Amino acid sequence: MKEWRAEKLMPGALIPVGGTARQYKTGGWRSEHPVWDERACKQCFLCWIYCPDGSIKVRDGKVIGIDYDYCKGCGICANECPADAIKMAEGGEPNG
Amino acid sequence: MKIKELSATKERFTSGHRLCAGCGAGIVVRQVLMATDKPVVVCCPTGCLEVSSTIYPSTAWDTPYIHNAFENAAATLSGVESAYRFLRKKGRIDREIRFVAFGGDGGTYDIGLQALSGALERGHGMVYVCYDNGAYMNTGIQRSSATPRGAWTTTSPVGKVIPGKTQDRKDLTACVAAHDIPYVAQASPSHWRDLVTKARKAFEVDGPAFLNILSPCPRGWRYPGSQSIAVARLAVETCFWPLFEVEDGRWKLNYKPKEKKPLVEWLKPQGRFKHLFAPENEHIIEEQQAKVDKDWERLLRLCGEA
Amino acid sequence: MAKLTEKIVAITGNAAVAQAMRQINPDVVAAYPITPQTDIAETFAEFVADGLVDTEYVTVESEHSAMSACVGASAAGARVMTATSSQGLALMWEILYIAAGMRLPITMTNVNRCLSAPINIHCDHSDSMGARDSGWIQIYSENAQEAYDNVIQAIRIAEHKSVLLPVMVNMDGFIVSHSIERVELLDDEVVKRFVGEYKPVYPLLDVENPVTHGPFDGLGGFYFEHKKAQIEAIERSRKVVLDVADEFKRISGREYGCFEPYRLDDAEVALVVLNSAAGTSKCVVDAMREEGYPVGILKLRVFRPFLARELSEALKHLKAVAILERATSPGSFGPLYAEIRSALYDLEARPKMVNLIYGLGGREFRPEHAKEAFGVCLKVAQTKRVEKPLGYLGLKEVEVIS
Ligand code: SF4
Ligand code: SF4
Repeated sequence: MKEWRAEKLMPGALIPVGGTARQYKTGGWRSEHPVWDERACKQCFLCWIYCPDGSIKVRDGKVIGIDYDYCKGCGICANECPADAIKMAEGGEPNG
Repeated sequence: MKIKELSATKERFTSGHRLCAGCGAGIVVRQVLMATDKPVVVCCPTGCLEVSSTIYPSTAWDTPYIHNAFENAAATLSGVESAYRFLRKKGRIDREIRFVAFGGDGGTYDIGLQALSGALERGHGMVYVCYDNGAYMNTGIQRSSATPRGAWTTTSPVGKVIPGKTQDRKDLTACVAAHDIPYVAQASPSHWRDLVTKARKAFEVDGPAFLNILSPCPRGWRYPGSQSIAVARLAVETCFWPLFEVEDGRWKLNYKPKEKKPLVEWLKPQGRFKHLFAPENEHIIEEQQAKVDKDWERLLRLCGEA
Repeated sequence: MAKLTEKIVAITGNAAVAQAMRQINPDVVAAYPITPQTDIAETFAEFVADGLVDTEYVTVESEHSAMSACVGASAAGARVMTATSSQGLALMWEILYIAAGMRLPITMTNVNRCLSAPINIHCDHSDSMGARDSGWIQIYSENAQEAYDNVIQAIRIAEHKSVLLPVMVNMDGFIVSHSIERVELLDDEVVKRFVGEYKPVYPLLDVENPVTHGPFDGLGGFYFEHKKAQIEAIERSRKVVLDVADEFKRISGREYGCFEPYRLDDAEVALVVLNSAAGTSKCVVDAMREEGYPVGILKLRVFRPFLARELSEALKHLKAVAILERATSPGSFGPLYAEIRSALYDLEARPKMVNLIYGLGGREFRPEHAKEAFGVCLKVAQTKRVEKPLGYLGLKEVEVIS
């Protein structure tokens, strides 16, 4: 069902594949964006466990940054980081 | 339990869902689902989580999911679980599958209570999680039987003569415990280790389990989204939302604040309680505090801590 | 109760349906007892307790939960059956639409009973007529034999790949559900082979291929298109109902169509009836024919899908037709009348039509009522005028304080 599209109606409005929401990028919702500081980070993973949107990127057992495709800029990570390694910055775009 | 190891579990509730920024429900669902490696079938009643996670053609569930209606998640999942038991019995399914419902307080405390009670009594192997955000948030913040006394909602507005909700909230966790099911617990996403531990127990008991999990709502509670975890933590520290479990009928307190904070510390950051700080309403805060104290004392007694 | 191995038995309508359910041996049954359906729920519980079926029986706490559990079990990939009546069906109402909208092939027997208030436990068709827009296929049964046969056929219709819709089999409360009749039961093996093994299409329990059942399909979505697809499915069921009936004839010798004309070809006036009233009316037709009256009847078996073209074809040669209706729509005509009348609208020449309400709350339908109905028809045929389009059969003389 990899080639499934919305217009290919299944019986009963069934969605035949899991996790298609990943195609919907919620990053555009942000009005502030979190900035992660690798050097300050203590790798405690609290930001990861508290993020409602699964937007703390983890690779090989390490926090490696923010997934701006989905991060809604709620600021929970920044508020909960015990090391002040995440700070909220103005605007939705990290480089804008 | 190591947090890093949890991060290796597959995210079955994916990014791209459309819950509000900072919504507690997303945190609750992620923390519950990281508690098991077994395949999980999810059922949601109608509510915030349901509409935000499955806007056709997108689904945030990378695991089998079903929504039926508002008041019947427990009955629906009863059917799913019965089909599973049949197919297991027939050898047509050979692996263990877990079943979990995520209902809001509307779908659980109120309109879905009958179906929940029936499913618990029948003893289906399912985990029912109530993400309790204390009002009907999906329809725009109307009071539920989980709304704390004094809170503003659109159907318990702060008027010239009535200052918000005039009734106390229902103690649903105790109602469910009275069904004498194998496992019942109350948890908060702020205390993630406690929550994930409880979810693990819930997934592994034989029969029904129930988790009542506080789910802060920035829109309905009127606080900035960044404070969701902080507000949940204050609910625990003030004993408004104590963390406890009832395992095979034994009540156990899981967390006792070193110093029980006054309730105002939890009320203050939330706009829905703003009017209570007017001089004419201060008595409501006192009454609320007295209620929290009384409930806490009773809980300590039940848990053999008094 | 009659022995299970006997081919010809004397049993009630409810027992016949329970036997059909035993022979079908569904994966999951979720049901809640309600008069007059109760002994279906009880008898099936005995089958479960005696190990005669493999079914997981979910003894729910309400009909709302019964249908909700059926939806869950069916979506999970199980063959699912249930039964109800009256208030029970009314309580399921919300979930009836969902079962159909989610395209779940659930089979349900509805033992027709009126709706409160006043509370009354006896037969009329208000319950199933109230659910006529829910998207369920509706089949009506004249007697216990038909109820038995229809339940078995319903499984095949519901589960047909081109249909995938729930089916409701109706029979009259008490009149059929509780009367002992001669019923020919098929062999267990024959039924087992006829219904075959259920192969679900996108089962929830296929954890390797996670599917989402019941998503939110709002303004920007495809609600309208999904509904259109559902409509097309029930349209396709017209053919499936007949194909299944053909196959059923081969195993039973009993013939079924979407409706049954009785001495209709050369009739000038006719009654259209559902369920048990057909039996009484047929006797009256025979008696009146002896006296030379050109009377006949049309017994409707399948009400959903509605066979507008076929019905207008079957009725067009008549001079007058009375639609006998065991249900009302206060403030309007009965639903059957409204639909059949509209089905005939485009004919160049069409019969005059009257709507006669009978038997509400189980009020007995006697031969003289059928005779009275034919009398009305004959008068209309003669005068070519309908004086009163809506009438009632069998009302008592009373004084009404408004
Ligand atoms: S700002 Fe919110 S959404 Fe973005 S990464 Fe932090 S916690 Fe997640
Ligand atoms: S919470 Fe802060 S210190 Fe901990 S992993 Fe996240 S960024 Fe690093």
